[in-house]
Formats: sequence, C-alpha cells, structure tokens
Amino acid sequence: MDFQLTREPIEALPSSPLDRAGGYVVFEGRVRCENEGREVRSLEYEAFDEMAVRVGEEILQAARAKFDILEAGCVHRIGHLQIGDRAIRVEVAAAHRKAAFEACDWIVDEVKRNVPIWKKEHYLEGDSGWIGIDSTLPT
Amino acid sequence: MKQIHIRYFAVFRERRGLGEETIPTTADTAKELYDQLAANHDFPLASSAVRVSVNLEFRPMGTKLQEGDQVAFIPPVAGG
Repeated sequence: MDFQLTREPIEALPSSPLDRAGGYVVFEGRVRCENEGREVRSLEYEAFDEMAVRVGEEILQAARAKFDILEAGCVHRIGHLQIGDRAIRVEVAAAHRKAAFEACDWIVDEVKRNVPIWKKEHYLEGDSGWIGIDSTLPT
Repeated sequence: MKQIHIRYFAVFRERRGLGEETIPTTADTAKELYDQLAANHDFPLASSAVRVSVNLEFRPMGTKLQEGDQVAFIPPVAGG
C-alpha cells in the first residue's frame, strides 16, 4: 500500500488480504452538496504532485510506526469532481480493529493538515472559492 | 542575481497566470522572494499565511535561496 494521486474515479477495490490482518478499516471522503451554508455544484482538487506524494508517503510511514497496524494506503483524486464522487480513500489493515480505526482517523487528519492539495468549490450561484484561502481574505 | 525556478498553485497560479517560471531575483530569502512576487502579482495572502517548499522540502520562510533552487509557495492546504 502507498500514497497515490489519481485523475480517474476512485474504485472501491479492497487490497489483497494480509494473512495476519483481522481488521480492515476503509475511509472514503466524498464530495457533498453543501459546505458552510453554500450549495456546491462541483469542486476541483489541485495538487503539487511530487510533494503531495512525498508528504503522503511520509504520513503513511509515520502511521505504521505510531500505530499497531500492518499496512496503510491512501488514494487522493485530483481534477474536477462531481457531488458524490470519492475524493479520498484511506485503507488500514491491522490484527485488531481499534488500532486500524485510530490510524485511519489520524491519517485523514494528517493528510488534511499537511499534503499540498487545494480545493476550489463551485457554487450554485455561479461563483467559486478556494477553501481555506478565499475565506481568509478581507471582503 | 540568482535564477530561481518557481511553481505556482491555486490562487497564486490564477493571479500569476501561469504554473511555473524561472526568474532572476535579488531576493536573499524565500520570504523576500514571496514579498516581491506578492507585490508584483497581487497575491492575496501575507507571507505569514504561506508555507514554502524549497527543492521538494518544506522549509522556513527565512531560508536563504541558492542559485537554481526549485521554490513553491504553498497557500493554506485543503485536501482530504
């Protein structure tokens, strides 16, 4: 398992099972139709590809060291996404479920905090905005 | 003057109008370079709100630039 970016729709394909893994946790982040009171039509993800993969791999490495898990992997989609599309998929395999759930949650938090990927939402009214950027600007 | 290769993303790419370029600069540090670019291209973020990647590593904004460095200014991220 590793960290990948893709421009293709993310398929719900599980990894091949590991003999010692009793528990698999999968998180899928999907595009939802509203954010902060605005109705979203679609959104775009843009990535600094080389750094996103490097930072993403470091996060997965850190998760393997921090939690009692067997493997962890992540796919993040970039490009133009529609409502309901999978934006990110994180998969964690462990002997037991508690570590798998905790590691999965931690990985998602770290990806959101550190991986150089940006999101631009397109709203029903026709305008659009970069999340975390435009909202910080004076109006 | 140093030649620095710069990549632009998100709102910086939109304001600059391109994704990357190589430019000569008198800037000594990443912060000085950012301040120059922000003034020239009307970037909407203060340097304190921006991170910098130099040669594919996150570095402090006070990092001194070398000839040929690959620099990218990272606006607040929103993946996941």
